[in-house]
This record gives sequence, C-alpha cells and structure tokens, in this order.
Amino acid sequence: MAEFNPKDIIKPENLVYRKSKVLTDNVMHYCPGCGHGTAHRTLAEVIEEEELQSRTIGITPVGCSVLMYNYLDIDMQEAAHGRAPALATAVKRLMPDRFVFTYQGDGDLAAIGTAETIHTCNRGENILILFVNNGIYGMTGGQMAPTTLLGMKSSTSPYGRDAATMGSPVKMADLVALLPGTCYVTRQSVHTAAGVRKLKKALKKAVEYQNKNMGTCFIEVVSNCPSNWKMTPVAANKWMEENMFPAYPLGDIKVPAGE
Amino acid sequence: MEKELKLMKGNEAIAEAAIRYGADGYFGYPITPQSEILEYLMEADPEKSTGMVVLQAESEVAAINMVYGGAACGKKVMTSSSSPGISLKQEGITYIAGAELPCLIVNVVRGGPGLGTIQPAQSDYFQAVKGGGHGDYHLIVLAPASVQEMADFVGLGFDLAFKYRNPAMILSDGAIGQMMEKVELMPYQKRSEDLPSWATTGKPETRERNIITSLDLDPNAQEKFNQKLIQKYREIEEKETRYEEFQTEDADFIFVAYGTSARICQKAVQLAREEGIKVGLLRPVTLFPFPKRRLNQLADKVKVMMAVEMSAGQMVEDVMLSVNGKTKVCHYGRMGGMIPTPDEVVENLKQIIKGE
Amino acid sequence: MTEEIIIAGFGGQGVLSMGKIMAYSGVMQDMEVSWMPSYGPEMRGGTANVIVILSDERISSPIIRKFDTAIILNQQSMDKFEDTVKPGGILIYDSNGITRHPERGDIAIYRIDAAEEASKMKMQKVFNMIVLGGFMKVKSILKMDNVVKGLKKSLPERYHNLIPMNEEAIKRGMEIVMKVN
Repeated sequence: MAEFNPKDIIKPENLVYRKSKVLTDNVMHYCPGCGHGTAHRTLAEVIEEEELQSRTIGITPVGCSVLMYNYLDIDMQEAAHGRAPALATAVKRLMPDRFVFTYQGDGDLAAIGTAETIHTCNRGENILILFVNNGIYGMTGGQMAPTTLLGMKSSTSPYGRDAATMGSPVKMADLVALLPGTCYVTRQSVHTAAGVRKLKKALKKAVEYQNKNMGTCFIEVVSNCPSNWKMTPVAANKWMEENMFPAYPLGDIKVPAGE
Repeated sequence: MEKELKLMKGNEAIAEAAIRYGADGYFGYPITPQSEILEYLMEADPEKSTGMVVLQAESEVAAINMVYGGAACGKKVMTSSSSPGISLKQEGITYIAGAELPCLIVNVVRGGPGLGTIQPAQSDYFQAVKGGGHGDYHLIVLAPASVQEMADFVGLGFDLAFKYRNPAMILSDGAIGQMMEKVELMPYQKRSEDLPSWATTGKPETRERNIITSLDLDPNAQEKFNQKLIQKYREIEEKETRYEEFQTEDADFIFVAYGTSARICQKAVQLAREEGIKVGLLRPVTLFPFPKRRLNQLADKVKVMMAVEMSAGQMVEDVMLSVNGKTKVCHYGRMGGMIPTPDEVVENLKQIIKGE
Repeated sequence: MTEEIIIAGFGGQGVLSMGKIMAYSGVMQDMEVSWMPSYGPEMRGGTANVIVILSDERISSPIIRKFDTAIILNQQSMDKFEDTVKPGGILIYDSNGITRHPERGDIAIYRIDAAEEASKMKMQKVFNMIVLGGFMKVKSILKMDNVVKGLKKSLPERYHNLIPMNEEAIKRGMEIVMKVN
C-alpha cells in the first residue's frame, strides 16, 4: 500500500468546508461549546456570500462578544454597554448604502440598552439587530439577566429567579415585533447544523430587507452558556432545548407582508 | 459676497452655523434652555438642502451614542444639551475621548446641582475642563461670550476636533443661548465627502479593517495609550490656548472671567475705571487649554486677580494653579441661576481692595 | 448713545416680540443690539420681561439692573421695575389693570392706554405695537421706516400683509401717549 500523503487529498474538488475569508485568523476567546463562535461564523459567511465586506459596518456590544472585532475582518465600532443601536442608527442615517448590524447579548440589549433597542426598532432604522440570548451575564461571571428563566440559579439569584421580587423573563423579540418599525423578527439557534442553516437563511433575508430599506430586522439566537450554567457543552444544549426553547420558542414572529 | 447679518438667539446661531459649516449630523434631546437648537434644525430641515441628518433621540444617552457612531464614520456630528442632560452624556463623551473621535458637544449651562434651575449658570466648569466622565482625558473647551461667537465656535470646534481627533465642547450658558444679538453668518459650505483614513466606512480590499474602540485589556498597552493622549493634550495646550485681554496694560487688579461673566466684567471694568480703579479683564476663550502662562505673567504686576463666575468658585482653582502663589487670587460668584451685575462686581472688588 | 430698556408684562401681551422688533429696527439702523429675555415655564398669563439694549458701541453686559427706559404693562412689573429706572430716565406704562400708579418724581412718567385703544380699534393683536408707538414718540431713537424694515425681517413672509396694520397701531400709539408728571 502506498504511503499516505495528505497533499493528495487537499484539492479543490475535495473541499467540504473552508473558513470564511471574513473571519480573521485570531483564536476566539469563547469557552468550549459556546454559541458565539458559531453565530460569528454564520454571520461572516453571509457577509462573504452576499459580497458585503466592503460596505459592512458592525457594532459590537459590551459582554462576551465585546472583542468580536478581533474575529471579523470588517470595519467595526465598539459601543458602550447597551448603546449599539444608537451608534448603528447614526451610522445608517449618515451612510445609508452601507450594511449595518449590531451584535448584542441579553444584558446589553434587554437590560441596560432596552430604551435604545425599543426606540431604534420603533423608528424602523434600516439595520439588523442580532441578539444572542443565553439567559445570563457571561462576561461578568454568571449574574442574572433580564432573560434568565424563572427558578434559574445565577450568582445574583442563588436561590433561583423569583418572579415576585425579580420579575419574569423579558421576551424582547415578542416585544419589538409589536412595533410597526420592525419588518422581520425571528428566533433561531446555532446548536445544530439544521439550526445554523436556518439562521443563515434568516440572515440572508435580513440583508435583502435592509437593501430594500424595509425597516429593522431583529434576529434572536437562543443560545447557551456552558461555563456559567455550569454544565458540559452537551448538557447545556440539552438543557437549552428543554428549558430555554419553551420560554423562547424558535421560528418567525413577524415577517414582511406578502412573504 | 455681501455679508449676511441676522438677529438671532445664541441657540439659533449654533444651529444655523452648523448647517452652513457643512455638519453631517445633529442628534439631540429637548431640555431648557437649549431646545431651540433642535427646534431650529428640525424646521430648517437641512437634510433636503445640505444633506445634514437631524434626529431627535430617545434620550441624551442615545443622542451622544449616535454622535459616537457618526463620528466613528469620520462624519462631522454634534449634539447639544444643558447641564442635567450633559451629565447623562458623560458616559458617551468618555468613550468618544477614549476612542479618539472628533465631534462637537454644546452645553448651554443652567444652575445645578440636580434638576437645579433653568436659569444661566457656569457651574459645569469642572465637569467640562477636567474631563467629566471617568478616566484621564480632556475635551477642547471653547467659551463663547456673544451670539457671534456661538456661531463662530461651531466651525472652530469642529476644526480643532478633527485636527486633534478629540471631542470639543462649546461651554455656553442660558443667557447667551437665549439672548439675541446681531450675527454675521458665514456662507453655506458644501459638506465634505472626504472621510479620514481611520474611519469605519466599510473595509475595501486595499486596506486593513478599521476598528473604533476605547477598550484595551492589556494594561501596558492602555498606559501607552494614556501617555499618547497626554502628549496630545500638551500639544493642544502649546498651540491652541486662546484668550482676550481688556485694559490689562496698566491694571493693578484683574478680573478673570469667561462667557457671560466676561461681558459683565467688561462693563465692570468701565465702571471701576470711572472711579479711578485701574482694573483690567482677562477672558479665557479656551477653558481647556487654559491661559495659564499669560495669567502667570500678569501675576507679576497685579495686586489681586478676581475670578468672577456664575458658580461657587470653580475656574478660580485654575487661576490659582496658574499664578502659583505669585499674587492674591479671590473669587466672586453668584449661583443657582442668579447673574451678577457689573455694579455688584465693582462693589465686591472695592471690598477686596479695602481689605488689602 | 446707549439706550437700556426693560419691557415687562404678562406672557401673551407681546412683550418679547415687541423687544425683538425694537432690536431688529436697531439692526436696520446699524446699531449694536442685544435682546435678553427672562425665560422659563411662564407662557400665556405668567410674567415676561426682556432687556433690550440699543447702542452705537459694542455692548458689554447684556444683563443690567438699571434702565434708561422701563415699559411696564402690569402691576407685578410696576412693583418690580419702577425703582430700576435711572434718575432722569423714563417710565411708560399702560394703566389697564394698574392699581398703584407710579410715584417717582425723579423720572419722566408717561401713560399709554394701549389695551383700551386696541380693543376700541378691534386690533388686540397689535396692542404691543401701540405701546411701541408710545416709546417711539417719547424717545426718538427708532425711525418708522426702520421699524417697518425690522417687522419685515422678523415676521414670516405669510404675515407681511399685516405690516400696514402694525404701522397704523404704531402711529396711534404715538398719538395717545401722554406725559403724567
């Protein structure tokens, strides 16, 4: 038998997957099993496939994805906590032909940035808000988020979230869907290949709608946090399916008329 | 070209000057006594004429962050507010300073603390010149003393902001914002399409990606950045200090006052000189950088320097630092929206002289 | 020449706009001017006042407490501003609603029953122009043709058809103003 040489199989016709050129070579700092990396990659692929790299301006949040600008090879702005939609509003108004998105976590978007989120959607700014909801503050070490489930334990709800004193989980996608300014509101996931494919489809729709100036697109990715949920990646995904999805059901909440 | 003379409120002059200068965007939120800026711009609707974007934000916080986003695209963007609103904007301002972005912020100051009054005050001096938000930084601070300067400093503020990649502030007050005077307006300039090379405009193949951020998790790198900022501030102090002098040549006493107080002190100088008191006025036009060197020179030959401010005594501390003990420094101020009269200022000076 | 004027009355009486027209008229005759309003939540019915300075020189302080002329249109303003007129200065007032008439002997006091006249002429809207006419008669600083130019500058074009009515009111004010002391 001839000796195996990897070069023999590294050929264009054998390519099954390659890293998007919109992703940099920097090693991501995310924990094993975290959904952020997959969400970044999916977005990068859409930017590449839609040939948006030269006209994309992205706004990163404060939270685990604060360093997102290290991973995507596009022009990016780092916002203060919760303020990304305000930055994006000005960017899009001043440069209407650019593709503009924010990438925000649940603390950023649904707690400190609630006003910016609601009013940006209400004005129907032609931007994409990509919202990654894992029900917890990741970067600061697992504190309760506005989207933390009832009974769920965190470092600031050590006995479980109690609706009577801590309120109930905020369903941001349902909230912004009520506003006339949003044209497309959907909930997706990145924990399975099928989920990623659906997210990609949703992102491409958001690009199309933004090109047509149809209003705000709001895509929520229901995700996990193995480290702060204190679970293995596999267990975290299972827990997410069993607990997060019933509270935050996947699928379209609002689609443009006629779609 | 025939000069265009108008009678305008200070607030209106700022708005009109922004359109004529070719500003790209204004993001604001109503608050007395400066709401005329947003109202004037909404009525003028410059998006149709020059393409300038005007937007009423949901809060001062959102407005300053819109400025951040626009400035990060290399656009000439501005916001305005009054004291309580400027406090809210401090978060955005420190991020803008930390990201080294040029922009223009207007503060039409009212009395504080808290909700305070809606009447004119100069009690936001510390906040404006010492930074205002967290971290080591400075704004370039311009203090107009007339409606004409409200208009002129829009262009000057933007020019300095872009020259140094640093936020600039016009520190005005309710009196100058609300009063009307003659103002000569510059002709309309076309908005510039050229954007700086550092701006986030979409990454072409030909350059590396541009990142606008104020974050550095490595303390060594952050300290280097802090040192770079300090270098910049030293250069600004060296090159951009502006002030005006009024009858200081033979003066035994000197008022130091900016903005509305400087106007009052100018009258006080006239009144005092009618009584034979040789007093002059130094009016800082830039509050950061502060005319330290000139005050230090003047300290050699005057008996007393009296800072006159509509505050409990804020700028007086910079006067003291400037003269470094060479001469006596005192303060006269009114607060809470009260404005000193020229007679009152002269009376106070006489008391000081008596006590000498 | 520097003329320092306070105009004071109720919000809605046209105090601020009268000051504005005076300032604009000053601009028209190449003077330096400043217009410094009291501002606040008072709209219709509250008190309003404005300091107008007309001068041949650069104006130093726009905020002063002593005036060459006080134009007073209600009792609260009378109480507040009668004493701020410089000795030898002028006080012009509308007696409508005045319960305590001015008493100072060291100033010239003029009365103008502008409210009554405006209602007689069915021109309540130009009440303040009647008062302005009174001022122009007493102090010959502002010239009629410059006031008309000032009106043109300060009124939006759609109101320019009202300028003749304003002119008429000013002329009426010149006729009815009378010296009291």
